[in-house]
Amino acid sequence: MPITKSPWIMHYDGSSCNGCDIEVLACLTPLYDVERFGVINTGNPRHADILLITGSINTQNAPVVKNLYDQMAEPKVVIAVGICATSGGVFADCYNVLGGTDKVIPVDVYVPGCAARPEAIIDGVVKGLAVYAEKTAKAEVKAK
Amino acid sequence: MGTLTLALLYVILAPVLGGLLAGLDRIISARMQGRVGPPLFQPFYDVSKLFSKGRVEINKLQAPLIFCHLVFMIFTGALFFQGGDILLIIFALAASSIFFILAAFTAGSPYSFVGAERELVILLAAEPVFLIVLAGVFKVAGTFGFYDVIRTGKPLIAFLPGMFFCLLYVLTMKFRKSPFDLSYSHHAHQELVKGITTDLGGRSLAMIEISHWYENIFLLGFVYLFFAFNPVLGIAAALFTYFLEILADNTNARAKWQFSLVSTWLITLVFGGGNLIALYFMGM
Repeated sequence: MPITKSPWIMHYDGSSCNGCDIEVLACLTPLYDVERFGVINTGNPRHADILLITGSINTQNAPVVKNLYDQMAEPKVVIAVGICATSGGVFADCYNVLGGTDKVIPVDVYVPGCAARPEAIIDGVVKGLAVYAEKTAKAEVKAK
Repeated sequence: MGTLTLALLYVILAPVLGGLLAGLDRIISARMQGRVGPPLFQPFYDVSKLFSKGRVEINKLQAPLIFCHLVFMIFTGALFFQGGDILLIIFALAASSIFFILAAFTAGSPYSFVGAERELVILLAAEPVFLIVLAGVFKVAGTFGFYDVIRTGKPLIAFLPGMFFCLLYVLTMKFRKSPFDLSYSHHAHQELVKGITTDLGGRSLAMIEISHWYENIFLLGFVYLFFAFNPVLGIAAALFTYFLEILADNTNARAKWQFSLVSTWLITLVFGGGNLIALYFMGM
């Protein structure tokens, strides 16, 4: 399946402490080099297949995350990276924090960790690709 | 082999060769950065994925304009390898770019707008170079036809070294390599998001990618023209040129478009103009 060989990722930093962001960028460095698997960090929702969110969702970034998700073409996968993106983490009780990414958009893969290790993030993306292939197959059946 | 057959061969083979070249480019770039890089066929995986994506066109104009861009690009290259008038070919190339720019201007995104404006800047920088190179080619060979120039058997590179340097300089932009804040650079993930293609996705983006492969092969054909007296040397020179552009891209990561525009004009004037004057003194 060539589709799973070309995952273009868009990374959005919700309200993270930048710990997970640095680990996401570390995946692109020579040590991990995710481009080996065809991964591209696009920064453009219209080109992206996978939305990677770090940090918790608060009242200010909730509409932004929703907007980014809506701009992506089907099929698409959402991966929440780090404990803040999965549940709000230590910031969950803050007055402005809504919680994890799943408060605004459907999440397909949760990657735990504080900060999430690059190995865990790559594992998450691989899991995400399986979901992506499943969604593509479903879309094809629907089209027929 | 008839020239029409060669044009047909270009239409069929250029996307294959262009895609392989793009794959090789990504591997070489990655190795230069101390990485392993993607598989050789990665560009084909990317394009086939883009074709399978859902539609994201933001208006009804964009898709036909992008299609026109692709058609004119194929037409440009096919005409070149058919042996048509190179003057007409350069205008067809410009027309193809204009369709691309129009498609970006129909979108609402400011990134798309800035990208389209910078694509116009590339046109502004590249067109004088192409025209002056054509003038030089005509001075030396006395014809504008691809095969007619080859048939003269003259080593163009010996007569036009300054012009070849100008062409090399402008090819950096035409191959979408450097500067990093180009309208649609391979690496413009941060500066302009994806510039001129910001509001394109799925099929439209795949067509842009294929058109880029066609353009690359056509431009390498232009490089070949300078070394056409020896076909093996010609092909080697074309491939080496592409390698040089990758090297220039990886060693000048912070070059900006303002610098590119001004320096291109300066180089065109000094090297291109100087070469033309030298030809005049040589009595050509």
